[in-house]
Amino acid sequence: MAAFKLFSFGASGKIRGGVHPEPRKQATSDRPIETAFPLPPLLYLSLQQHAGQPAEPVVRVGERVLKGQLLAAGQGTISAPVHAPTSGVVTDILDYPAAHPSALPTPTLLLEPDGEDRWIETQEVADPFSLPPEEISARVGAAGVVGMGGAAFPSAVKLNLGRKTKIQTLLINGGECEPYLTCDDRLMRERAADIVDGILIMLHGLECNQAIVGIEDNKPEAYAAMREAAAPHGGKVDVRQVPSLYPMGWDKQLIRYFTGKEVPAGGRSADVGVLMHNVATAYAVQQAVRYGKPLVSRVVTVSGSAVAAPRNVEAPIGTLLADLLAFCGHRPDDTASYVMGGPMMGDSLPHPKVPLVKGTCGILALSPQEVAVSDAKACIRCSRCVSACPAGLLPLEMMARIRAGQLESALGYGLKDCISCGSCSYVCPSEIPLVHYFKYASGELVAREQMKHRTEQTKRLAEERQARFERHKREQAALAAQRKAQAQQRKAEEAA
Amino acid sequence: MSMSMLSAPFTRSDSQVQGIMTAVILALVPATAFGLVIFGWPALFLWAVTLLSALAFEAGCLALAGKPVRAILPDGSAVLSGWLVAMTLPPWAPWWIGVVGAGIAIVVGKQVFGGLGQNPFNPAMLARVALLVAFPLEMTTWAVPSLPFSSSAPGLFDSLAITFAGAPAADGMTGPTLIGNWKTELSQGRGLSESLMSGPYDVVASILGWKAGSLGETSSLLVALGGLWLLKKKIITWHIPVSLLTTVALLAGVFALIDGERYAGPIFHLTSGAVMLAAFFIATDYVTSPSSPAGQLLFGAGCGLFIFVIRTWGAYPEGAGFSVLLMNALTPVIDHYVRPRIYGRDLKGRPLDLPGGRR
Ligand code: SF4
Ligand code: SF4
Repeated sequence: MAAFKLFSFGASGKIRGGVHPEPRKQATSDRPIETAFPLPPLLYLSLQQHAGQPAEPVVRVGERVLKGQLLAAGQGTISAPVHAPTSGVVTDILDYPAAHPSALPTPTLLLEPDGEDRWIETQEVADPFSLPPEEISARVGAAGVVGMGGAAFPSAVKLNLGRKTKIQTLLINGGECEPYLTCDDRLMRERAADIVDGILIMLHGLECNQAIVGIEDNKPEAYAAMREAAAPHGGKVDVRQVPSLYPMGWDKQLIRYFTGKEVPAGGRSADVGVLMHNVATAYAVQQAVRYGKPLVSRVVTVSGSAVAAPRNVEAPIGTLLADLLAFCGHRPDDTASYVMGGPMMGDSLPHPKVPLVKGTCGILALSPQEVAVSDAKACIRCSRCVSACPAGLLPLEMMARIRAGQLESALGYGLKDCISCGSCSYVCPSEIPLVHYFKYASGELVAREQMKHRTEQTKRLAEERQARFERHKREQAALAAQRKAQAQQRKAEEAA
Repeated sequence: MSMSMLSAPFTRSDSQVQGIMTAVILALVPATAFGLVIFGWPALFLWAVTLLSALAFEAGCLALAGKPVRAILPDGSAVLSGWLVAMTLPPWAPWWIGVVGAGIAIVVGKQVFGGLGQNPFNPAMLARVALLVAFPLEMTTWAVPSLPFSSSAPGLFDSLAITFAGAPAADGMTGPTLIGNWKTELSQGRGLSESLMSGPYDVVASILGWKAGSLGETSSLLVALGGLWLLKKKIITWHIPVSLLTTVALLAGVFALIDGERYAGPIFHLTSGAVMLAAFFIATDYVTSPSSPAGQLLFGAGCGLFIFVIRTWGAYPEGAGFSVLLMNALTPVIDHYVRPRIYGRDLKGRPLDLPGGRR
């Protein structure tokens, strides 16, 4: 192994870059998923909790709804519907801060639980494998399932794409490489059979025969449970271990690891015949297709030193993160930062009074010691950021150029290929917030692009107006000339 | 409690600039301590003077530039530069050589370019080469090792005189270095086997470091051990040391095979002069070496090539300083042309072909 590493110059090796952040998973990994979370007094259902168009409400304020009832329907090709996480009354539809660093208000539906938690009549399917494949993605779409690893891309859209492009391998990400997070780990340990069932259902829907589940080698229990659950299915679901290394959950890293293939820049996984879903999504797919249950709750890791009883909680979508934290013994006075997701790629929240969305895998209340920040120092060109980058970029060069205001030049170093994984910032001994620079620069470039587009459009419109104006003038002139000629002709005729 | 609005990642490794510098200094301690013991008090005075002047120059420059001295000085980089300069000096050089050396390294080598991380040349090597050109006599007067407190070792007062009053050392206390000796002998038409027999060459003593030479360079073994420890601590990577040493060894081996009377073999080259120090501590300087692994391999090989060429055919006996500076100058070029391959792209940066040849 050492010899292999010595001679792989980074380009040919299977895994490139990556870092080993302190896992900090022990706080929650040994506690079973808490399912007895009391219903909060009010649920805040964001209508924009997936990539794509926001959902459109189909209920009125004051209406009584049952658990699982459709509240808002998906709009457009990339969208997902939102369902009632419990029975109760719709009390308002308003703009409410979203679970996002900016906490920008987004359309949100308020639901007051009635405490009965009564389900609508669900359409169970005895044998999902007898359904036509397109029916699988249709059911997944109707249940509002989105990618639950954080990206929140509507799963049905992905399944449809996979069926169309005839993918060869379904990759299931059980990596969970972010520190603190253990919700996928617990789910695999406790509900392995359901997850494997979900994977088989997805395979059926994709008309594909091979699934590979990648689980980091620091989760031996999850690995054993999943292997056992997959064993009866004759190798269709191949459960394998991957080295624990961040960002092993990056789809393109996993694809290279398992298939040796690289997704071309600007391409999609499907281009190399692979589709990736996460284990929690597989579970949600199973619940949706087999039991007709829409995605109305999820398992979320609540952790961080400012939480007295960190654990994984299965909570209804729409729960305020503050309620979840309070349930786990949160100490607000000890909290320096709230993070939604993991500490490597998660978002910092200004306050926790924002709702849980389908893609939320963790909420962390970090104490001052955990987020110790000091001032950035000069780059010493140690190239640790270079070795850490899984995408093969030169973070120090990009940073230097962005600092100098040369954004275009930073593009030449691969700014667009940066996945914002944070590995470079993590290792930098000068504590330079590298990813911050890259996010800023990408945003700035997009803004400039839009600006250019707008200016061009304005210019085009002005030119068109000018052209119209001139055409009009020419036409008028031509008309006048024609009239004059006609008049002269008449005169001449009269004279004759 | 105020909320800090930060951006990800919210966790970081505990590696810090100061820690890195401290580790490198620690790795230099054995070789330096050995030098201080065998060359006695004058070496200790010179080492201390060089270190203190480096700190003073750094503090002065930072203050002049209006930078926070208290925040930056403890980063350890000035101590490290000063230390490296001291290691390359003849151990009995007068005190002002140390001061001038530290001044060149810190002021000319680093601060005029904007401080840590901005300098194109390795400060210590710049100082060494400048001193060698400007003060050839002081820079080539070598002390021979002696056991501490033995009769041949200078006493405390003699030592003070040697370092601070420029007193000439007694005969028998100075001698040529191995490479210097080899080159003189060659120029006088004597073959290598003859010169090595008559000269002070002894493989074991040479590896251990019991020989005339720079203050901290004589023990290739201790320098190399320090370097290996840095490798193990992941402060440096293997690319530069391995490519540099292999290049030197290969070239030396090939030429020694061709004509063993004119060309010294690999062991001689690897254990004499500043090769080990260059391989592990100088060429690996982050600031002045390329940032991609492939670039580092190229850089190390270049250093090794020039070391061999300068030593064998150059006018100065010492090749390491010149070679590293030469390659430092090429670092931006290497960094421009040798970059890691970006995921999903070919080496030229174009997106990879889709399966089936589509792009
Ligand atoms: S890790 Fe930080 S200090 Fe090191 S090269 Fe990268 S940006 Fe510079
Ligand atoms: S954030 Fe971007 S530049 Fe930094 S390591 Fe990740 S991919 Fe590379």
